[in-house]
Amino acid sequence: MAELQEELKEKIIEQLSLEDVEVSEIGDDDPLFGDGLGLDSIDALELIVLLEKDYGIKLKDPKEGKAIFESINVMADYISKHRTK
Amino acid sequence: MRKVYLVDDSIISPLGFSTQENFQNLRKNNIGIKEVKNNDIWSAPFYGSVVDNDKLHEAWNLISNDKNGNYSKLEKMMILSVSKLISNNPSLDISRCGIVISTTKGNIGQIKEEQNDKAYLASIAKTIQGYFNLDQTPKVLSNACISGGLALAIGKRMIQAQLYDDVIVIGGDLLSEFTLSGFFSFQAVSSAPCKPFCKNRTGISLGEAAASAWLSADKKKINGEAISISGDASANDANHISGPSRTGEGLYISITKALKEANLESQQIDYITAHGTATPFNDEMEAIAFNRAGLQEVPLNSLKGYYGHTLGASALIESIIARHCLLHNVLIASVGFEELGVSQPVNVITKNETKELTRVLKTASGFGGCNVALIIEKLA
Amino acid sequence: MEKFYISDFCSLRNNKVFKNGEEIYSDVASDSIKDFAKGLYKSLDLKYPKFHKMDELCKLGFLATEVLISQLENIDQDTALVLSNRASSLDTDRKHQVSIDDRANFYPSPAVFVYTLPNIIMGEISIKNKLKSENAFFVSEQFDPEFIANYSKALLQTGKASNVICGWVDLDNDKYDVFLAFLSKKGRKELTKKELNNLYNQ
Repeated sequence: MAELQEELKEKIIEQLSLEDVEVSEIGDDDPLFGDGLGLDSIDALELIVLLEKDYGIKLKDPKEGKAIFESINVMADYISKHRTK
Repeated sequence: MRKVYLVDDSIISPLGFSTQENFQNLRKNNIGIKEVKNNDIWSAPFYGSVVDNDKLHEAWNLISNDKNGNYSKLEKMMILSVSKLISNNPSLDISRCGIVISTTKGNIGQIKEEQNDKAYLASIAKTIQGYFNLDQTPKVLSNACISGGLALAIGKRMIQAQLYDDVIVIGGDLLSEFTLSGFFSFQAVSSAPCKPFCKNRTGISLGEAAASAWLSADKKKINGEAISISGDASANDANHISGPSRTGEGLYISITKALKEANLESQQIDYITAHGTATPFNDEMEAIAFNRAGLQEVPLNSLKGYYGHTLGASALIESIIARHCLLHNVLIASVGFEELGVSQPVNVITKNETKELTRVLKTASGFGGCNVALIIEKLA
Repeated sequence: MEKFYISDFCSLRNNKVFKNGEEIYSDVASDSIKDFAKGLYKSLDLKYPKFHKMDELCKLGFLATEVLISQLENIDQDTALVLSNRASSLDTDRKHQVSIDDRANFYPSPAVFVYTLPNIIMGEISIKNKLKSENAFFVSEQFDPEFIANYSKALLQTGKASNVICGWVDLDNDKYDVFLAFLSKKGRKELTKKELNNLYNQ
């Protein structure tokens, strides 16, 4: 699990061009949106693509993303349960 | 300041190859959106509004004075719309007109090709200049989904600045794999014909069309009642590059400034032809802006349910239709609408109506946070 | 008729930045536009994380604007943006196209797609500087000083804008050319087609 969390942090920094953020600065339970990393609506859409492309998870309703992308821990938990690749 | 009149216009769309045919179809509430099965655009069937290639080919062969030229579908549609404008108006001398072309993606499908000169938007200006044998190269405006409305505003400003007495605004975009795939990645495409302002709306339907409008400072050129663009303004939300402002700020500013230029109060507007893309956030933002401007009771529709979102053509076509609604004193039902689905009240037109109309507000909003408002007015 | 002036101008070319004719930054070592833009961003000490999310075309237009207005304490909300270029957003359009070329590996990125419109540059500039103003983006084969000057004048004369930032922000096949001018009611150089063209060609 810890490995997946690190992997997710690296991917998020890379995919969302968070140039000034280090992996060590993202806490496993930190909120990703709002006050946390300050991600926005395009980032949320980008994370939906990441889920599908890298883990083979296709969300039926994009609104589900809101709950899944709450924090690294929640995201890792969801991925480990639903991943197809 | 000089008055600027909308003298005549022409639309090439799935609802017809003339404004008249388009307007008749709208009055019958016929829609252009249907299930499209075209593997060049998308691997699965989708809902969109496309111009039939055979019909275009036939119409093109009837008018084209250059049978050997290499014209794209979009260029044929644009040239066809201008040719109809010219043939309907013997007094129109296009060589003396300023020309503004409005398009978001032009011939974007060409970037896949080795020879991709046509993917450059200025090539469309060159093509039109060559076809009509013009001395001046038309200007190309590419300003996202407000392009067609902003091009009319710019045409009006060019006339008011005395750069030209007449301006032709040409707008057009195609329904392409490029744009459709992007809107799919935004989770913004409706799985059925789009439903602007409706509770059950889930996103846009895309469409394709071209249109032309003739703007002039010379009232004598008008055949029938005079329709003018009496106010125009554009403002950026300064908020987000893709998400509509939650306060409708840029749209509100645009509406207020356009009303001020036209010397009108919001109560004097008889009809709003909205942007109404049918994405959850766009329609909500518009409802907020209209309420802030005191326009919540004014009858409103979105023509996206008929044409889909035709990008660089949409606000131009919607302004042209507004002119004909003023001339015929009719309001056209906002097709796709069932039950109000925005947090602020707006008065969506559910049935065609006959009503004395004098002033229309046309609005549009787009990526990049841009907004435009036009006041189109019947003059006594 | 009221006169308007070019109060400031700047350009980004060949990894050098000029403001009002003087070189203010140079980074000939960078061999990519991305690195050049990042170096200039750092030297301007902007601290604006959104910058890193922009595509290269927006980065160039955004940075040029920061250079152009750096001496101003505040910028009027009614400062219009009138930009133009040759290649529209083709640099990013090609990236989007690559992501959809293969139907078996079809993952268009929303963060790329949103930059496939040239007017997004003006969105980014407006957000940073809180400009709730007139925007227009024109595409032409070359910089068209006559039309850009005429249209900008029309905005100033009719009161649709208090000032105008106008110019050329082009990027195509790793070649870029950026020139911006700040137009207002004050300045030494009168706004004419000829003056604007001279400054562009400097």
